[in-house]
Amino acid sequence: MANYSILGLLLATLLFFGCNKEETKTSNSTKTTTTTKKSNDVIRVGAVFAMTGPIATYGQESVNGINLALKKINAENIKGKKIELIVEDNKGEPAESANAVRKLIDIDQVDVILGAVASSNTLAGAPIAQKQKVPLITPASTNEKVTQTGDFISRTCFTDNFQGVVMAKFAAETLKKKKAAIIIDNASDYSKGLSTVFKAEFTKLGGSIIDEYFTYTQKDTDFRSLLRKVKRTNPDVIFLPGYYTEVGLMLKQAKQMGINTPFLGGDGWDSPKLQELAGPEGVKGNYISSHFAADDKDEKVQAFVNDYEKSFGEKPGAMAALGHDGMLVLADALRRADNLDAESIKMAINNTKGFVGVTGAITIDENRNAQKSAVVLETMPSGMAFKQKVNP
Amino acid sequence: MSEDTIFFLYDIATYLINGITQGSIYALIALGYTMVYGIIKLINFAHGEFYMIGAFIGFYLITTGMPFVPALLLAMVGSGLVAVIIERVVYRPIRSAGRISALITALGTSLFFQYSGQLILGADPKAFPQAIKVKTYQFGELYITNTQIIIFISTILLMIFLWWLVNKTKIGKAMRATSFDMKAAQLMGIDTNKIISFTFFVGAAFAGAAGVLVGLYYNTVEPMMGLIPGLKAFVAAVLGGIGIIPGAVIGGLVLGIAENLVVGLWVSTYRDAIAFGILILILLFKPAGILGKNKKEKV
Repeated sequence: MANYSILGLLLATLLFFGCNKEETKTSNSTKTTTTTKKSNDVIRVGAVFAMTGPIATYGQESVNGINLALKKINAENIKGKKIELIVEDNKGEPAESANAVRKLIDIDQVDVILGAVASSNTLAGAPIAQKQKVPLITPASTNEKVTQTGDFISRTCFTDNFQGVVMAKFAAETLKKKKAAIIIDNASDYSKGLSTVFKAEFTKLGGSIIDEYFTYTQKDTDFRSLLRKVKRTNPDVIFLPGYYTEVGLMLKQAKQMGINTPFLGGDGWDSPKLQELAGPEGVKGNYISSHFAADDKDEKVQAFVNDYEKSFGEKPGAMAALGHDGMLVLADALRRADNLDAESIKMAINNTKGFVGVTGAITIDENRNAQKSAVVLETMPSGMAFKQKVNP
Repeated sequence: MSEDTIFFLYDIATYLINGITQGSIYALIALGYTMVYGIIKLINFAHGEFYMIGAFIGFYLITTGMPFVPALLLAMVGSGLVAVIIERVVYRPIRSAGRISALITALGTSLFFQYSGQLILGADPKAFPQAIKVKTYQFGELYITNTQIIIFISTILLMIFLWWLVNKTKIGKAMRATSFDMKAAQLMGIDTNKIISFTFFVGAAFAGAAGVLVGLYYNTVEPMMGLIPGLKAFVAAVLGGIGIIPGAVIGGLVLGIAENLVVGLWVSTYRDAIAFGILILILLFKPAGILGKNKKEKV
């Protein structure tokens, strides 16, 4: 008797947690027919970002960057019009992103959409924009699949492939490392994508990759046994393309276990939380690829950093710079477009060539991805420090 | 011995130490599951949330500058009180409504705490303040941190305390009596409601202690942190024999060690699959758990 009821309970739990994810259903689309076309004296730009939830800092920074760019852009009219920004919160969730995109198109009747940050979020919203033929620019989603959705979807950041190449080159050529171990976040496409590219490029440059799978899963907190195993294979560099929540803990535990091998990562590490979680000992001496460095001596970058600090009272992160550039590229495209219908705006965006923003010169290629430089940053207890710039 | 063998032994020792530390934490949480089950046959799925609440109380107290030990004790009292309130407000009114209703209520309570935690405290993980400076001791190729030792010793002390409480005190006798037969205990003049509240208090206080220790060990707290350890502690309680106090300890340690051996000697991707496979195997041969006795239940 007792055993059966426990089994039943377990089943009930499984069912319960299984259902948990699909809480939100869309209901916005029904209103389309009743709303009348809004007036045409402004250009409406919708922004879909995580203003709350686990990656809220990313979303808030992006919107700050966009607003900063908008202040400059709206100083003069584009084709006789000002730009109006409508921000929607996607809470960092794919389902909410899809809802937000639908709402912006159906209710607010925006001309263009900017967003989102996390690739999984953008992937959920992009098919809707593509189907309704509304141009969507993501300033920060790096997963390859995002722009493969269709010709109305483009991005103003580089892709995961490029990050993997940059870090492999940095490991082999700048750090002169020969033997790399790769630790993968098993639950993340981002992590797997980066590691595949890193592996190929590092081997091409004459390095060797330890032939063993080191994996963890998001929300893990104990990495000691995993790190022990990594240590035993004697790598001289460890590639860890994960997100700061787990990476922070892992760096801390690694230091406590006497691992002094440098760790390399991607833009998923780029958050002030990394320093908090890893502690000053754990964080130092590691390197990441990212979009932007606040201490880059470049004039344009410094001007942006000053403006941003004046407006928001804190140093801009990578997402702020990306949001800012995304908005600028869009404004530039709107100026160049023949007129303001979706088709012309799309053509103008996709024809962007060598637009110079704070995150580098942006050229949209035939796959609607941005060709631009990446920066390598050294992680320090006080923040990220600019190390070098890598061009495509 | 060859160098390889020596290294291998160091490896195994490392995995065992990591496993014992992690297992101690499962054991502390599992104790509450098992005590509550032992006394009112309720699987309290909100138990993982008492662990989260304890961790957050510890987080805020230590952030405001309180030293570690008083913060730990206050966090235990705090999460114990939350559990007593929950028992009084949520579980007691439906105690006679059957086990499925109670179970669903427990799941609801669990989700209530997880999501209101995200609303009130924010969903992002917070860095736990370094209340105790981490020191690493090195023995050859073996590294042990003082936090690991603190966790292990605190767990042992708490368990000795619990053993004493249940077996050597009057209230412990009342707990055992209530667990054995609630009606008869009532007839003997035991205030069973009070005893049940007390059991919730002790169980949640232990979970709260585990929360603070985890904050110290992993350096992070977040509102959803109770979910997975809560489930694993439930598994540990079943593995050891649910309702049996030493069983929770053994179950927790077995699970912790098994997980770390799988990660160390095999592929970490299969950690949970294999750890839970072991659980199924043990339950196949000993359906009542490691320390459980098979007895026929009267229907």
